[in-house]
Amino acid sequence: MRREIDREVERVVLTLDVNGEKSELLVPVHKTLLEVLREDMQLTGTKHGCELGECGTCTVLVDGKPELSCLLLPIQIHGRAITTVEGMASGSELHPLQQAFAELGAAQCGYCTPGILLASKSLLEDNPRPTRDEIREALAGNLCRCTGYTKILQAVELASGRMHD
Amino acid sequence: MTENPLPPARPSTSPARRGGESADLKVVGKPLPKVDAATKVTGRAVYADDMLPARTLHCKILRSPHPHARILSIDTSAARRIPGVIAVITGADLPIKFGILPVTQDERALEHEKVRYVGDPIAAVAATEEEIAAAACDAINVEYEVLEPVMSIDAALQPPKDERVQDYGGPNNVHKFVALEFGDVDDGFSRAEHVREDVFFFQGNTHLPMEQHSAIATFVDGKVTLWSSTQVVHYVHRALSKVLELPMNRIRVIGAAHGGGFGGKTDPFAHEIIVAKLAMLTGRPVKCTLSREEVFYAHRGRHPVLMWVRTGVTREGRITAMHFRSALDGGAYGSYGVASTFYTGALQTVTYDIPAYRFEGCRVFTNKPPCGPKRGHGTPQPRFALELHLEKIARDLGLDPVDLKRRNFVKPYSRTVNWLRVTSCGLEECTERVMNASGYQDRTRRAGHGMGFAISSYMSGAGTAIYWNDMPHSEVQIKVDRGGITVFCGAMDIGQGSDSVLASIVAEELGLQPPDIRLVTADTDTTPIDLGSYSSRVTFMAGNAALEAARKMRAKLVEAAAAKMSRDPADVEVTDGRIGDLSFEEASILAEARFGTLTSAGSYTPPKIAGPFKGSGVGPSPAYSYSACVVDLDADARTGLVRVNKVWIAHDVGRAINPLLVEGQVEGSVYMGLGEALMEEQAFRKGLHKWPSMLEYKSPTFLDTPEIETFIVETVDPEGPYGAKEAGQGPLLPVPPALCAAVFDALGVWIDEIPVTPEKVVEALRRKEKGEPARYGPPRFPSIPYPPVIKVEPPPKDLDAATAAI
Repeated sequence: MRREIDREVERVVLTLDVNGEKSELLVPVHKTLLEVLREDMQLTGTKHGCELGECGTCTVLVDGKPELSCLLLPIQIHGRAITTVEGMASGSELHPLQQAFAELGAAQCGYCTPGILLASKSLLEDNPRPTRDEIREALAGNLCRCTGYTKILQAVELASGRMHD
Repeated sequence: MTENPLPPARPSTSPARRGGESADLKVVGKPLPKVDAATKVTGRAVYADDMLPARTLHCKILRSPHPHARILSIDTSAARRIPGVIAVITGADLPIKFGILPVTQDERALEHEKVRYVGDPIAAVAATEEEIAAAACDAINVEYEVLEPVMSIDAALQPPKDERVQDYGGPNNVHKFVALEFGDVDDGFSRAEHVREDVFFFQGNTHLPMEQHSAIATFVDGKVTLWSSTQVVHYVHRALSKVLELPMNRIRVIGAAHGGGFGGKTDPFAHEIIVAKLAMLTGRPVKCTLSREEVFYAHRGRHPVLMWVRTGVTREGRITAMHFRSALDGGAYGSYGVASTFYTGALQTVTYDIPAYRFEGCRVFTNKPPCGPKRGHGTPQPRFALELHLEKIARDLGLDPVDLKRRNFVKPYSRTVNWLRVTSCGLEECTERVMNASGYQDRTRRAGHGMGFAISSYMSGAGTAIYWNDMPHSEVQIKVDRGGITVFCGAMDIGQGSDSVLASIVAEELGLQPPDIRLVTADTDTTPIDLGSYSSRVTFMAGNAALEAARKMRAKLVEAAAAKMSRDPADVEVTDGRIGDLSFEEASILAEARFGTLTSAGSYTPPKIAGPFKGSGVGPSPAYSYSACVVDLDADARTGLVRVNKVWIAHDVGRAINPLLVEGQVEGSVYMGLGEALMEEQAFRKGLHKWPSMLEYKSPTFLDTPEIETFIVETVDPEGPYGAKEAGQGPLLPVPPALCAAVFDALGVWIDEIPVTPEKVVEALRRKEKGEPARYGPPRFPSIPYPPVIKVEPPPKDLDAATAAI
């Protein structure tokens, strides 16, 4: 199918609340949250694996809930709190999930890691002591090709234990 | 805690190590976090697509919609007129052919004469926005003369309707034949008390890395710099030099942070050459990131392989002879295909003692994306066939399949009939571990439940380079300056942890911890050669190079410290950040004063152990890993659904430099093996991929992946660094056959074709019910005009005693 190339690109002013910092941006109205985060805000910690909502790699949190940033338009979430992987650590102090993923080797190539960390963060906020099956269920939308998932499950359990002891 | 440094190794209370070899290791063998773990978990690793220098242009590639067609004309004039389009190139701009193997230089970055698969690149656009580049691709007008596509092994063996896919190779669309015989196979069969033949098919599948391929190039001061998501910076460097007609010293290739390879980023790719050319033309950075659909078509993944195997055995199950045939559906280009073809016949002998062995292989060209190396490169398919074939032979003879396999295990420190040198071999111990842990022998019978066993082996690096040369396969330089240690090595960390292996080895030798070591890796300008992350070679080869360089550096530090302390260097301990009584920093300052600039270098060249015949370069490795695996599953006779409950796997890694990373490699391999065994399928309809998306191409999720219990077996190989061998590929291999053996155990039907989908299971059960053979699989092996076999004498019994220092 031929793409339209001579149309006027409609732009919109957005105020995005990302990791507790508010930014005002002028972006094409059709740009996805994924593209705005990566290209307009240089928050490249959010990755993409398909840009079709299939792999979970681009997961971010919107008001604490996991969302696929490749399927969201920023104008849909105007003013709501967005968390990316860059917002997980406090200063140079890693989030317990980040710490556990690092210690147990749950990140190999690291490409799916930001999305899985954020989905796990949301899970532990809702359910501080999930069973292994509950973790599997919560992360079932996130694909990983390196780890065989085993060390990720162990890392979420380790973090859960440390956070809620 | 803070993110840097990550926790050090547990403090050791054992006595300090004194120069030379010692088993008292402080870093090696410890489950330490990866050196880049904090970077990865904070999202700060910079992958190629994360780079966006000022004035970057975005590149899109126009690809063929036809599987097979002649290009009559290409009109780019409308595309060039679109505002924002800065450059448009076609095959006329990049006419020189390239390819990973010297014998198959059959690819062009952009094709202007003929397209051979849907997705073959034709033209490329650099524009200020990605959308403009895509629109400009749509505005390019290409006239084609559509040709009849060749879409199967059977079709490729027949005369082509219109014309061949490639204009070289064997008859019709045959790319490569191999026909070798080691020992007297006919005599072996005549001594057999039972002979069995089987046919198997292993469907093709793809790597599916989470990161799409991406590359970005600049052209500054007459020099090209390319950052790419590649496993092989050196081979990309060579291909760029050839196609761009620039000397190697005008090109720099840097491996960006890597989002997953599994063999899929081991060829030089069109987009890497295209962005470099566009950067040269525009003077601006140019980036190209493939879409997920393009990644499916870029492929270079697992070959679909049809296999026939005939084996003679004694009544006790000892193999007397084996004849193995393979037919590989290669896709449209050579890629690694010649090597892949040899690999389908090379490693059968490395696990089982086969006294006489004949191998006939054939790769064909078809109008599909080219196949290449995926985890296990050409060996998971024959391993699947071999293990199931032996299961069936055991049942023919009324023997336990585990017993039959054990009776034929190769012995450590032996030569196979096809001249492969086996050193350390933990097959027995691996088998023992999974047998004991899984309770396989004492399993209780219940309907629909089954367990299956299989073994495998893989190389710790190919013994020969891809292009013929006598240079080392890996080199490491170390610089120590005012207490700081930097290690330079071309090795590419693709997530497997090769950076951590390098840091661990250097830290071990210098009495430090991995976070004390700075690494510069995978940069053709600043690091010495490493051939790349393929064939499971990095720990063994770069590891040995690092070990040599580190020991030389240690000797200098010890000499300077000993002089200061007026002590014999042999009495100077190097441990816990100290060189004798001095701190590492004090010793390094003394050594720098004594020797000048403190550098050391180490390199690794594999031993020359290939046999005296054409084709002997594929298969030899300085050491082989070994694995044994048990799969436990439930299979539903009504729906055909297979649910894996648990996998036990033992892997002989020689020595685990870092057991955490070894477990990660083993678990990831088992997962990927299960995906291939149960669901992954790269299949085509009318030249189009049936399911080029991550939703439709099924891969195991968190919910599909069972518990995996890993046992690390350490046989301490005499030539590996600290005895280490490979871990990243071998453990995939036993999983598909173990799964199929378990399905037979559960339902009494053989699924001789990967993947084991529910339809196949139900169909096999239907056939069993009707009294037909209880099997789903290929009915026959095609008639292939293999050339006469080349007969090779087996190696003399005293070969290694006489010529090799094992």
